[in-house]
Amino acid sequence: MKAVYFAWVRERIGRAEEEITPPAHVANVADLISWLSEKGEEYAYAFEKPQVIRVAIDRTHVKHDTPIHQAREIAFFPPMTGG
Amino acid sequence: MTQQAKISIQQETFDLAQEMQSLAQGRADVGAIVTFTGLCRDENAALSALELEHYPGMAEEEIARVVSQAQARWPLLGVTVIHRYGRMAPGDQIVLVITASSHRLAAFESAEFLMDYLKTRAPFWKKEHRSDGTSGDWVSAKDHDDHAAARWEQI
Repeated sequence: MKAVYFAWVRERIGRAEEEITPPAHVANVADLISWLSEKGEEYAYAFEKPQVIRVAIDRTHVKHDTPIHQAREIAFFPPMTGG
Repeated sequence: MTQQAKISIQQETFDLAQEMQSLAQGRADVGAIVTFTGLCRDENAALSALELEHYPGMAEEEIARVVSQAQARWPLLGVTVIHRYGRMAPGDQIVLVITASSHRLAAFESAEFLMDYLKTRAPFWKKEHRSDGTSGDWVSAKDHDDHAAARWEQI
């Protein structure tokens, strides 16, 4: 699946998007955030407070207990500040 | 009832008068139009610009979902939402919401609802650029914006 990052999540990780292949035991959004956090210091920094991270699967907001197995594109970003 | 909506995510600025005219043009059933314009604000004379990042594709889709909710809730004759992205100087226009209805209450309430939901659901993020040339912080989300959006769920 494709992972995309925005705002300070993107800056901390140092890239805007990448292809990821999480193992089968990574079932939902919260699992995926923990798995990504293990990928390196930059990921640990981006996801140091997982509860503030907002997530969208295929461009729709989801909660952290949402399953990810159907996702084609999963986005991680801080709370929104538009308007 | 026709449920027309114009949604645009764009870099260029917008013309309020022109947008309002195109919403009401050629129809006699519109009795009330409410417009809201959000501007780039500099409270401490320390800001040179705001950089607005967005999630292309999702921004349009999410605003369309919010507009559909407003149309289901109020008898609207027209809706326009324009949200800009890119670099903005203090005083520049960032966002425009226009609602048209037969009566003022629906137009007022739906415009407020749309702005409250845009702030908490539309995937946009603001980064500050300071007057001294340094790159500032990402603007933090405000609790009162979440509360403003949540109150529509209680009504």
